[in-house]
Amino acid sequence: MKKIGEKIYFFIIMAFLYLPIIYLIAYSFNDGKTSVWKGFTFKWYEALFNDAQIIGSLYNTLIIAVLASIISTVLGTLAAIGIYNFKGGVRSAIQNVSNIPIVNPEIVTGVSLMLLFTFAGVMMGFEMGFWTVLLAHIGFCTPYVILNVTPRIRRMDSSLYEAALDLGCSPVQAFFKVVFHELLPGILSGFLISFTYSLDDFVITYFTRGSRFQTLPIQIYTMTHQRINPKANALSAIMFVVVIVLLIIYNFASLRKDKEAAR
Amino acid sequence: MKSKRPAIPYLGWMLVFTIVPLVMVVYYAFTDSEGHFSVEPFINASVYSEVFLYSLLIALISTLICLVLAYPLAFSISRCSQRGQSLIIMLLMVPMWMNFILRIYAWVLILQNYGPLDMILNFFGIDVTLIGNSGAVIVGMVYEFLPFMILPLHTVMSKIDSSLIEAAQDLGCSGFYVFRKVILPLSVPGIISGITMVFVPTASTFLVAQYLGGTQFMIGDVIERIFQSDHNTGSAIAVVLMVVILGCLVFMNRFGDKEAVN
Repeated sequence: MKKIGEKIYFFIIMAFLYLPIIYLIAYSFNDGKTSVWKGFTFKWYEALFNDAQIIGSLYNTLIIAVLASIISTVLGTLAAIGIYNFKGGVRSAIQNVSNIPIVNPEIVTGVSLMLLFTFAGVMMGFEMGFWTVLLAHIGFCTPYVILNVTPRIRRMDSSLYEAALDLGCSPVQAFFKVVFHELLPGILSGFLISFTYSLDDFVITYFTRGSRFQTLPIQIYTMTHQRINPKANALSAIMFVVVIVLLIIYNFASLRKDKEAAR
Repeated sequence: MKSKRPAIPYLGWMLVFTIVPLVMVVYYAFTDSEGHFSVEPFINASVYSEVFLYSLLIALISTLICLVLAYPLAFSISRCSQRGQSLIIMLLMVPMWMNFILRIYAWVLILQNYGPLDMILNFFGIDVTLIGNSGAVIVGMVYEFLPFMILPLHTVMSKIDSSLIEAAQDLGCSGFYVFRKVILPLSVPGIISGITMVFVPTASTFLVAQYLGGTQFMIGDVIERIFQSDHNTGSAIAVVLMVVILGCLVFMNRFGDKEAVN
């Protein structure tokens, strides 16, 4: 960006992306409910932390995200290895079906799962809630794990695995001592993507949660739908700080890795 | 490592949680409330064809605005130093990590009556309603999805060698011709993936119109509302939406492949 015009344009776009968030955060400290500034306060933060429903839904969100990302990482890594051993047309057919949750509009995935769970619920006598949300989240996370692990398998030298077998490893040992290390970067990024997508999902959770189960995005929806609620502003501020801190940690970690690699 | 067996659990999973649900949507779309074969759901759904076209139009306009805004930005980012590029990309991703409903809610606060923008315009004697119309919906969509246009464009453009551009300049190309003959053809794959990454979610999203569009809903909102009472009509709309979106994807892919071959 050498020209002054380019710089100005860059700052305009950045202002467009950041000003709404800054405005949101600034008004979390406003001692009134309207856009008139009535003085500085922390009362919305207090109200937020004393709201048992919000804390409960945060807890639900974290549990679902941890379980969904772990299960879909295991399921997806195994699937990526197995699918890689299919040949030609069968393999690409499986991959296409696996990508359906990614390419299909989220709302269609949501309603289709709702139909399945309502039907199965009537047949087997259960209601939608924690378990159906967990199943739905595993369903949309696993394809991302497969997409991240598959390129690693393609790049891996398969003779490494055979060498481990020749040297007396059982297939399971060979997997954990050799293959796992080769695939680890792909597995990790698949895990992280799953975790963040699960944390942030609204649409699919909305259709599969039943009537009582709450996650944080659902709670945000109930807080802000058709009304102004400064507690949502306070929540935005906290989330923004968390995102920034995570990004800084991530960057420091990758910077250190680069330095180690350079040595 | 040579075995297909590790895929078995996931193959079963896909059957139960991907294929069966889609078959159920199609089944519901072609049956009446008593479970007999019928095209009645599609007849009921045709009431919403205007909303459907409106949603596609909003998605198209939002996608074009994103493309126009993102293209020059992505190019100037791609000419920065390596470190500058990764810093800027990170800055672009921070707002994306914020919850999507909170980001629309921010625009509700900004555009509302007696909100900051309304006050500023009132001060200059301009009296307009900023919220509750298609314009507000488009602003919300562009805000939500602009980074999804910038990132794929940047990925492709950062691979364009600067010496290609310099060569074109040395051979007497004006600024416009450098763009037309070098930069544009090389960035087509990025344009295509950017368009699909913005168009698909904007056409099918729900909530944005409920928050910013007043009474004019989009097709995602209609599906949500109808599914609360009538699974058959809702499924019919979902089937149409799915077919249209997948059709767009196939068309874009074809287009992309042909461009790449030429």
